[in-house]
Amino acid sequence: MTRSMKVICPNGHLGFAPSKPESFAIGVAAGPDIIAADSGSDDVGPGPLGSDTSTSPLAWQTHDLEMMLLAARKAGVPMIIGSAGDTGTNSRVDLYVRIIRELAAKHGLAPFKLGYFYSEVDKEWLRGKIRSDDPVTGLDARENLTESELDATDRIVAMAGVHPFIKLLDMGADVIIGGRSSDCAIFAAPAIRAGYPEALSYYLGKVLECASFCAEPYGGKETVMGEITDADVSVTAMSPAQRCTVASVAGHAMYERSNPFYEYVAGGCLDMSQCHYEETGPQTTRVTGPTFAPVERVRVKLEGAGKVGERYVGIVGVRDPYTIAHIDNVIDWAKQQARERFGNEPYELHYTVYGRDGVMGAMEPERASTGHELAVLVQGVAPTAELAEEVCMTGSRQMFYARLPEVKGTAGSVAFALDEVLRASPAYRWTLNHTVAVDDPLELFPCHLVTIGH
Amino acid sequence: MTRLTDLAKTIRSKNAGTDKITFDIIFTNRANYERVKESNAINRASMAALYKIDEKRITDLVCFDPAFAIKFTILRERPSGSAGDADIFGAQQYAPLLSLDIP
Repeated sequence: MTRSMKVICPNGHLGFAPSKPESFAIGVAAGPDIIAADSGSDDVGPGPLGSDTSTSPLAWQTHDLEMMLLAARKAGVPMIIGSAGDTGTNSRVDLYVRIIRELAAKHGLAPFKLGYFYSEVDKEWLRGKIRSDDPVTGLDARENLTESELDATDRIVAMAGVHPFIKLLDMGADVIIGGRSSDCAIFAAPAIRAGYPEALSYYLGKVLECASFCAEPYGGKETVMGEITDADVSVTAMSPAQRCTVASVAGHAMYERSNPFYEYVAGGCLDMSQCHYEETGPQTTRVTGPTFAPVERVRVKLEGAGKVGERYVGIVGVRDPYTIAHIDNVIDWAKQQARERFGNEPYELHYTVYGRDGVMGAMEPERASTGHELAVLVQGVAPTAELAEEVCMTGSRQMFYARLPEVKGTAGSVAFALDEVLRASPAYRWTLNHTVAVDDPLELFPCHLVTIGH
Repeated sequence: MTRLTDLAKTIRSKNAGTDKITFDIIFTNRANYERVKESNAINRASMAALYKIDEKRITDLVCFDPAFAIKFTILRERPSGSAGDADIFGAQQYAPLLSLDIP
């Protein structure tokens, strides 16, 4: 009989929205060998990494961890989580470890082994790399990392490949909480460890990482199951309302990736250009043909975020058609008042003009066809909250005083729904999207194992 | 004139990492896919012109037969979520594609 390994995934970003329990129960009943999910994304912007917080609510994180933990312990199969708490920072790993510990106590679970690894990168270690003859290489047209950009960074995580997951499974972990990880490595690791071909293992991970995003019709947070053999990967929707079709599975290879044919991980590149897709059941599609090209020297991807400053926002409305047609002059006027007031202080003032090009900015093709009214979002950013508030107030209120030569309304150029500016989250930016070479793929991912329960 | 929205079932944009936005155009069937592919209406130059960007900012443009899809990716002007970026997820940048004329 052909051997196989079944992996179920209930959620493409654990915690961001709760998983649906019905299709998860169907997945559990199908007898999986592994229950796994990714809990992270760089989609949420640089704020959570920079400020070391989650965007996902604790209640939703706990909901899904509880559902997976109870099912995995009952079935006696490993549970694997990667990129804990959106960002995979050390504090997020510790948070998930604490949640698992509390859930085990709450449900009186029999003792089990919990493995976890960290992903944060020490800035001084990285400074050493910058100074070495093997630079920290920029991705996506970025320059190589400089020390000044490193200095502007608050927090860095490295993206783990399969290595720490395999190590923790080798150490006997029943439950794994991972720091920042390549989505597909979370699922590929147990398959590679079991001796399945690397290419199919990484493909299994690639197709499962977003859960039901590889199924149709669209349904958020439903469970899917991937089954790997030595010859193929089959993926099946667990929700009765969904199917994994050639179109949906192939289509998923494109999602959030710049190219549908290649997926880079720490250790090599998955090539999906020769994949063959075939529907083999009412909810199942079978995939063959991916290849994997390992690299000689492992390069690990790094994400870093740095704080730019405190931030306030203001909202400004405009109705006068002449003012709308000359809104850039009004904005320039307000910017000039800010320059005169704050001179060389380090501040930023941003204007987003909804009703003209608010969503697309410079890429908006229909910039000339403005609405009959505009809303302008004003953002003031500065090192202190006091200065950010004053910058934003100046940038908003001075629009009221802008005087265009031919405007008839001389009492005020804009409308305020609120005569105040509002404190927003601090502004951060992505400072690192780079790779660094390592001698040992485990070097950046220290692994720990503890026993939970009595 | 036929518009792209009449031939595709999905036209979407989304972040591809922190520095790029990727666009997926997925067709209802093979015939529509082949028609648009052969029309060459979607190429690096036409997309750069539509979005008023330098062609060098288009990093990928591929036809993806198994999914009946055409896909291209652009470099962002600044990383996602920087102050002043109005589309952190890159999810609303596809709109100009809807009315693209297909000869």
